[in-house]
Amino acid sequence: MSETIDEKLKNYRTAPFDARFPNTNQTRNCYQNYLDYHRCNKALAAKDQDQTPCQWYMRVYKSLCPMSWVSCGTSALIVQS
Amino acid sequence: MALPSQLGFQDAGSPLMEELLHFHDHALMVVFLISTMVLYIIVAMVTAKLTDKLVLDSQEIEIIWTVLPAIILILIALPSLRILYLMDEINDPHLTIKALGHQWYWSYEYTDYEDLGFDSYMIPTHDLTPGQFRLLEADHRMVIPTESPARVLISAEDVLHSWAVPALGIKADAVPGRLNQTTFIVNRPGVFYGQCSEICGANHSFMPIVVEAIPLEHFENWTSLMSEET
Repeated sequence: MSETIDEKLKNYRTAPFDARFPNTNQTRNCYQNYLDYHRCNKALAAKDQDQTPCQWYMRVYKSLCPMSWVSCGTSALIVQS
Repeated sequence: MALPSQLGFQDAGSPLMEELLHFHDHALMVVFLISTMVLYIIVAMVTAKLTDKLVLDSQEIEIIWTVLPAIILILIALPSLRILYLMDEINDPHLTIKALGHQWYWSYEYTDYEDLGFDSYMIPTHDLTPGQFRLLEADHRMVIPTESPARVLISAEDVLHSWAVPALGIKADAVPGRLNQTTFIVNRPGVFYGQCSEICGANHSFMPIVVEAIPLEHFENWTSLMSEET
């Protein structure tokens, strides 16, 4: 990637097109990014590294997931997917 | 919005709707021509004084009325498939809005930068000001910048609903537990109305959708204003 993660986060507009989820149903897209954010945090924390790269996943899942799904916690998202 | 006794579609507010409009005109013209021709032939047959009992077969006309319909069908199918694939083109949206159906109102969430969310209830008839449209106006409109590809993710919080805006050529079901994506670009500033399109209970007819398209500079002012309000 030519852009650093900081530049990517600074230039963030909205969740970009994700080729893994090309169709109308974006439920899995929201859920995957939510999972990736928490896994990223856990993995980097375990290695005592800076968790800034995980912010990308957070921005994407915040863009995609309805606030009520996220505020209820993980259980709501598991049910939805 | 739709006008009383309106026959055709509303004026298009998005490029896709324009294509659909033109295709509809084309297909309808084909239908009118065929119907007129068939009606003419029927009238001619019925009013003719001559009868010929010895017509058995004719290769020439059989070929014509097989090949000509095939050509007409191709002339209808090609533009139709073109639009179908146009609808599925990959585009990179500039913003994402979530439209969530409830009984009986819509809520919109703009969470790209901050958590902005608000409800949109129909304005009851007795609260309308002169010039407003009955059963179509809402207290908070979904505001969108013009000329910006937008992604709307549609879902529901209770029962099935459907988010539809005919002038933009959009309709997508709001299914609880599912996020349905639709992308569009609004060509011109304006206000576009729609109504819930899936039966959802007593007030199904009273939860309209209002999309207001404004230039980008004004959109930024609106988001600041809404963030302060909520």
